[in-house]
Amino acid sequence: MGGILASMIDGLLVGSVYGLAAMGLSLIWGVMDVINLTHGSMIALGMFGMYMLFAAFSTNAYILLVPVIVGGLVLGVIVYWMSVHWVVGRPPLMSLLSTFAVNMMVIGIGTIIWSTSPYNVNFSLPGITVGAYTFTGNHIAAAISAVVVALALELFLFRTRTGKAIRAVSQNRDAAELMGISSTAVLATAFGIGIALAASSGALVSTLFPFTILSGGVYELKSFVVTVLAGLGKPLGALVAGLLLGLLEGLVSPFIAVSWVPLIEFGLFVVVLVFFPKGIFARANA
Amino acid sequence: MKRIGVCFFVILFFFCLTAQAQTITVGFTVSKTGALNVDSLEQYNGFELWRDQVNAKGGIKAGGKSYQIKFAFYDDESQAKRVQQLYSRLILEDKADFLFSPYSSGLTTSASIVSEQYGKVMMTTGAADEKTYRQGNKYLFQMFAPATQYLLTAIDLLKAKDPKATIAFVYEDHAFSVAVATPAKPYAQQQGFNVLFSEAYPPNTTDFSAILDKVTASKATVLLGGGHYADGSTLARQLFARKAKMNMATVLVAPDSPKWTELGDAAVGICVPSQWEPQVSVKPQFGPTVAEFNKAYTAKYNIEPSYESAGGYAAGLILQHAIEQAGSLDSEKVAGALNGLDATTFYGRTKFATDPKEHGLQLGHTMVIAQWQKKGGKLTKEVVWPLANKSSNLVYPIH
Repeated sequence: MGGILASMIDGLLVGSVYGLAAMGLSLIWGVMDVINLTHGSMIALGMFGMYMLFAAFSTNAYILLVPVIVGGLVLGVIVYWMSVHWVVGRPPLMSLLSTFAVNMMVIGIGTIIWSTSPYNVNFSLPGITVGAYTFTGNHIAAAISAVVVALALELFLFRTRTGKAIRAVSQNRDAAELMGISSTAVLATAFGIGIALAASSGALVSTLFPFTILSGGVYELKSFVVTVLAGLGKPLGALVAGLLLGLLEGLVSPFIAVSWVPLIEFGLFVVVLVFFPKGIFARANA
Repeated sequence: MKRIGVCFFVILFFFCLTAQAQTITVGFTVSKTGALNVDSLEQYNGFELWRDQVNAKGGIKAGGKSYQIKFAFYDDESQAKRVQQLYSRLILEDKADFLFSPYSSGLTTSASIVSEQYGKVMMTTGAADEKTYRQGNKYLFQMFAPATQYLLTAIDLLKAKDPKATIAFVYEDHAFSVAVATPAKPYAQQQGFNVLFSEAYPPNTTDFSAILDKVTASKATVLLGGGHYADGSTLARQLFARKAKMNMATVLVAPDSPKWTELGDAAVGICVPSQWEPQVSVKPQFGPTVAEFNKAYTAKYNIEPSYESAGGYAAGLILQHAIEQAGSLDSEKVAGALNGLDATTFYGRTKFATDPKEHGLQLGHTMVIAQWQKKGGKLTKEVVWPLANKSSNLVYPIH
């Protein structure tokens, strides 16, 4: 019983990071109807951003999350103007191809710089031991950081003028423009925030596990599952769905081989798509 | 004067052509990038040291001629799909006379399909899985002791130290590690051990939380498993971070690398089944002594050799010996010389199976168990088994 409980707690801790990663994907998808295929590579850039900052400053890795978020925001706005602005409102295939191209460029350049060899951020915080089980300090700190960033985003979206503008554009772009909101600036900001969230989740993952420039792909796939679970354009829902996915991983792991866990996850993905196409929370609201 | 000049250049041209022909091209791929890069690059260092030493001494002598060794190699990115293309290229475009295998059993199995198709001798190193040698190959020769030996040796050590231990097997779902773990489980049970947990994890796993929770819940006292450097080092880091109190942990391959010291305290106490350690003494029939190899390697790379490095060097040394014995570069003749070989070098004994059912399988080489210990605040790797070769006693339990 202790093993199952420990596994569920581990699942929840890592699930918060899945949730944070998915919030970025969900925000962009919801606001501008763009499936951002740079998501995985931006998570990987967040990992390497943390790695380089930690190598340069050797301070508490979780403080370094702040410059990673700022860097992600700037990079996101640049990527928006490079590849997304021109295809917003066009058929979905255009934005898929455009963001996929940027993804390939980032991975190509990243491979040249860092190769595909694994890297580690050698930072560790003391953990908490309960009986025979220890929960590492890094897992706990990463989970807290993810929740703090997620709540900060929620406050931003509901309490600030820019946040409200993002929500307005998300709900009805034409009506928002008639109210004097510059939708282009809002879209660029939303894309920047989405990338900042992806990069910050990557930075948190880098404090937990070794990573390569290709590591973002795993979290991108999980982000799709989480986003579909939560429903589009529901960032806080994405955090909750991430926690649920982590909990599910933790719950099933003691009973089946870990190799089978992805099968359960993607099985759930298909079930939700078929029976709850607007996400589990949309169904609950209805 | 003009005619003399022309003659001189014609002679020089033919001299250059002849000189160019006096080379042996050895082709191979290295995992410069990807999950296998640490182990693969150490193996490459062994190849390189062998080539440089042989060339400095005038090359390989065969049939009254001396041949300089030339390498043709590419980065396989640790991916099997790259290996088949690259080995075809090495044979067809680079005209490789002989081949070294890539690193790891999985990649070698892919490469061996091509090498056999073209009848090229391939010395395999870092490819311990026996299955590859049981597919009717004729030109494949294994330098490492077969995969089955890895954990059987560790279980023998455990039997001597703590026959009441309980075991958890946690290993990479990869050709090599599966080949290691599969015979080890029934062997452990035959030896009277209770195997409380056994699970394979997917290659490239980075999060061992779920598996380690299961190991803790099983109450096993000894962990046996791992795979390669990337996953093995992560497993050890997380074992330490999660304070999973094991009396003994034996991890495949990864702890043999000198890079293991980067793990700091997480490295302490971890055992590794090893193909070769510098402390083991043997009397070589040819080639350098253990001390000479260590000295040359450390001088060139500023780091101690791992068993992958020694295996790489030994692969070259054995190939060289076979070419010299055959007196020819002909694949059939060199393969014949390798089939008849039973020799001891600094790396230990080497003898290949000639039975067509398992041709090329290594029969002569044996393994040792090494453990990372902290002595005077410094991490050192000590041989702890077999007792005849030990340089230190096993630290048991670790914590």
